[in-house]
Amino acid sequence: MSETGTASGPSSSPSSGPGTAGFRPDVIVIGGGLHGCSAALHLSMRGVRVLVLEKDHVARHASGVNAGGVRQLGRHVAEVPLSVASMELWHRIGELVDDDCGFESHGQIKVAETEEELDGLQARVDELRALGFGHEETIGRDELRALVPAIADHCVGALVSRRDGAAIPFRTTFAFRRKAIALGARFQEGGAVTRLSRRGGLWTVETAEGGRFEAPVVVNCAGAWADRIAAQVGEPVPLEVIAPMLMITARVPPFIKPVVGAAGRTLSFKQFPNGTVLIGGGLLGRAERDENRTELDFSQVSVNARTVWDLFPIMRGATVVRSWAGIEARMPDQIPVIGPSGTEPDLFHAFGFSAHGFQLGPIVGRITADLITGGSTDLPIAPFRIGRFAA
Amino acid sequence: MSGFDFDIAVVGAGPAGLAAAARAAAGGASVVLLDEQAEPGGQIYRAVTETPVRDRRILGPDYWHGAELLGPLRDSGAAHWPGSTVWSVARAREDAAGGRRRIQIGLSRDGSASLLTVRHVILATGALERPFPIPGWTLPGVLGAGAAQVLLKTSGLVPSGATVMAGSGPLLWLLAWQYLQAGARIDAILDTTPRENWRAALPLLPGFLRSPYLGKGMKLLLEVRRKATVIGNVTALRAEGDGVLRTVVYTRNGSEHRLPAETLLLHQGVLPNLNLANATGCAQRWDEVQRCWRPTTDDWGATSVEGVSLAGDGAGIGGARAAEEAGRLAALDALHRLGRLDRAGRDRAAEPVRAALDRALAGRAFLDTLYRPAEPFRVPADDTIVCRCEEITAGAVREAVRLGCSGPNQAKSFLRCGMGPCQGRLCGPTVTEVIAAERGVSPAEVGYYRLRPPVKPITLAELAALPKGEADLDAVLKH
Repeated sequence: MSETGTASGPSSSPSSGPGTAGFRPDVIVIGGGLHGCSAALHLSMRGVRVLVLEKDHVARHASGVNAGGVRQLGRHVAEVPLSVASMELWHRIGELVDDDCGFESHGQIKVAETEEELDGLQARVDELRALGFGHEETIGRDELRALVPAIADHCVGALVSRRDGAAIPFRTTFAFRRKAIALGARFQEGGAVTRLSRRGGLWTVETAEGGRFEAPVVVNCAGAWADRIAAQVGEPVPLEVIAPMLMITARVPPFIKPVVGAAGRTLSFKQFPNGTVLIGGGLLGRAERDENRTELDFSQVSVNARTVWDLFPIMRGATVVRSWAGIEARMPDQIPVIGPSGTEPDLFHAFGFSAHGFQLGPIVGRITADLITGGSTDLPIAPFRIGRFAA
Repeated sequence: MSGFDFDIAVVGAGPAGLAAAARAAAGGASVVLLDEQAEPGGQIYRAVTETPVRDRRILGPDYWHGAELLGPLRDSGAAHWPGSTVWSVARAREDAAGGRRRIQIGLSRDGSASLLTVRHVILATGALERPFPIPGWTLPGVLGAGAAQVLLKTSGLVPSGATVMAGSGPLLWLLAWQYLQAGARIDAILDTTPRENWRAALPLLPGFLRSPYLGKGMKLLLEVRRKATVIGNVTALRAEGDGVLRTVVYTRNGSEHRLPAETLLLHQGVLPNLNLANATGCAQRWDEVQRCWRPTTDDWGATSVEGVSLAGDGAGIGGARAAEEAGRLAALDALHRLGRLDRAGRDRAAEPVRAALDRALAGRAFLDTLYRPAEPFRVPADDTIVCRCEEITAGAVREAVRLGCSGPNQAKSFLRCGMGPCQGRLCGPTVTEVIAAERGVSPAEVGYYRLRPPVKPITLAELAALPKGEADLDAVLKH
C-alpha cells in the first residue's frame, strides 16, 4: 500500500479520541461494532492507519446489547476452526485489549430433556471428533447435576464445552475501540455511509453528515446495514435484518455458573455476578433498521419464559425487569460473510454473523488484517465467501 | 368487542385519565380504563373514594374536586379495571393479517398477565417527583414529599418525631399545609428556591395573576409561614446519620447549620412520568424551562406513534385541572380518529375545553420559572449517589464521560446506572444533566435512556402463562 488517503469531515465528537481532520488512513472500516473495532485493532497492531466510520456510536446495536456468550458449543462446522482459534484469544483477552472484558469461563452447556436429544448430541460429538475437534463432550445426569444443581429433574444429560464462557458485550467492544485508538486508529461516530466509490485505486466514502473520506482499502463491517454497502459495489446479498430478544431479571441469590442452552428449544440462560439472570437465545422481535428501532413480541418472550419455567424451577418466582432486542444481520445459511469482495479489489467484508458473532470478534479482526496486510490467512474462510449467494 | 378488545384504552385513572375515559365512552367508543391503584384518583386525588381522612378541611377543596370526576365515569359505561399494571404498549403491526391494525397492551391484573388489543391508547401516566439527589438521600428517614402525601391520603399517617421539609415548589407548600391542618409536627421548612429565580419570574407575574391557583396558593403559603418555621435561601443540604437519619445539615448565607431530625421530606417539583411513552417509542424533547424530557405531542395530545396519545402531566407539567381538560381533548381526537366524530364536531366540542385548559394553564410559566431547582440540587457533587438501584455516584458518571461515554444510554452500558428495577425513574433526569454539564453541552444533545418494556417488573410465571402464538391469542380474544 503505497498510496494513502485523506479525511475531511465534521470534527470528532469528544468521545471519539483524536479527531479525524487531516488524518490519512490506509484503511477505512465501515461499522463500529465488535468486528469493526477488532479489525481496527489488529490492523493498528501492524502499523496500519485505520479510520472507523460508525453511523451511531460504537457498540450501539448488536455488539452492545447481545447476550455476551463466548461459545464454541454447537457451532456450524464451518465456523468451528475460527471459533477454536478465537477462544485462544479470549483466554488471553487482557493481553490483547488491556481489559478482561468481564470474560469468565465457566463452560457452556446444552441440556438434553430426552434420551433422543442426548443421542443427537452424542452424534454431534462424534462428527466433531471425526473432524479433529475435541472441545465438545456429552455428560450424563449426574455430572449435569454437579455442574447445574438447579436444573429440572427431567433433564437426562447435556453437551458441554468447558472452556466456553461469557463476557460483557459493551465493555468488550469499547475495550477493542480504546486499544485501537491507543495504537493510532481514529473513530468518526455519527453519520451513516451514504456513498462508496472507487477511482484510481482510491476509495471515497461519503457520510450523511457531509463527511468525505479516502483510503486505498475499505472493510465492510456494517452489520445489519452491510448489504447496502455491498450493493454499492454491485454485490447484492440476501441479508435478513433480525431482532433477537433478551430479558433480564431482578437479582436473585447466585445459583449457577455455566451458560445454559437447550437441545430442543431456543434458550440462552446465564447469571451475572451481580445476581441478575439474562434470558435469551434468539427468539425474534421485529427490527425497523431505518429507525434504529426494535419492537418486542411478548408472545415470543413468553415462549422463552416458559422454557425457563420448565428447566429452572428455582426461577419461577423471579421478576423480569427489562427486555430488549438488538438489530442484527442473518444470512440464509446462518453463517457469516468473511473475505474479499467478489467484484472490487481492496474491499473486504465481515458481516452477517447471524446472531452468533460475538465470540468470533477477536479472530475475524485478525483474519481481516491478515487478508489486507498479507493477502491470505491461515484459517479456512472459503465457506464464508460472498460469492456463494450469486445465482 | 370481546373481553380483551376495546376501541380505546386509557392508562391511568388520575384527572386526565378519568376525564378522557368518561368523554370517550360518552362518545360511543368501547373504553377500558386501566389503573394500577385499587381506587380511582391517581396521585393527586389518591384514595378520594375511601380515604380515612374524613375531615374535608385537612386535604382541602382541591382534593375533593376529584370526587366530581367519578360520576361521569360511572355514567359513561367505560370499563374500569383497577389493580391493572400496564407494562407494555406495542405499536400497531404493519403486517397484521386481515387488516386488523391493533395496538397490543401487556398488563398484569391480580397476579396474572394478559395481552389486550385496542385501536387507540391514551396514556395518562401523570407525574413523578423530580429526583433530589443530596448526600445522604438514601438514608432511611429521608423520603419524597409525594410519598409522604400518599401515606396521608391513603392511611391518614403523618410522621411522628422531629420532621424537616426541604425543597421548593407548590406541592411542598401544599403538603406542609395539609400536615399543619392534620396537627402534624413540622420543625422547619428549608426553602431551596434560588433567590435569583424571583428576578427571572417577575416578568411572568401578570400571567400568574390570572391563575386560579393564585388566591388559593397565597392563602396557603401565608398560613404555612405563620404557623411553621420557614428558612429561606438554602443553598446546600445533606442528610446525616448512622444507618438512619439523625441530622439535616443546611447552608444559608454561606454558613452551615444543623437540625436534628427523624424525618426529612424532600421535594423540588414534578416531572412527566414518561417511561411508558418512551418505551412505546414516542418521540420526546428537552424542555429547557421545566428542565425535563417530555414526549412530543400536538394540540390534541397525539404523539409521534400512530394511535398513541398523551394527556395530563405525563405530556408536560400543567397541574390537575389542566390534565382534566387535556384528557377531554385527547378523547375527542381519538373519537375523531376512530370515525365516531367528524372534524367539525370534534373542533366544536373542543372549544370550551380549550378555553378551560387555557385558564388552568395561566401562570404556569411563572411557577415553572420561580421553582426551577438550583443547579447544585440537579447536578450533585461527585460523592452523591445518583442511581440508587445500582449505587452509582455522580463522580462515577463523570469518570465514564471522561472514558468516552457521551450520553445516558452509554452510561447504562458502562455503569449499569438506570438498569435497576426503577428503570431510571430515580436517576434519569440527574444522569442526563450530569453528563450534559460534564460535556459542556445541552441535555437535548446527550439524550435520555431508551427504556424497554416491561416498564414495570412482572414475574417470570406471569410471562410464561401469556398466550403464545396468533392462534392462542385469537382464542383469548374470542372467548
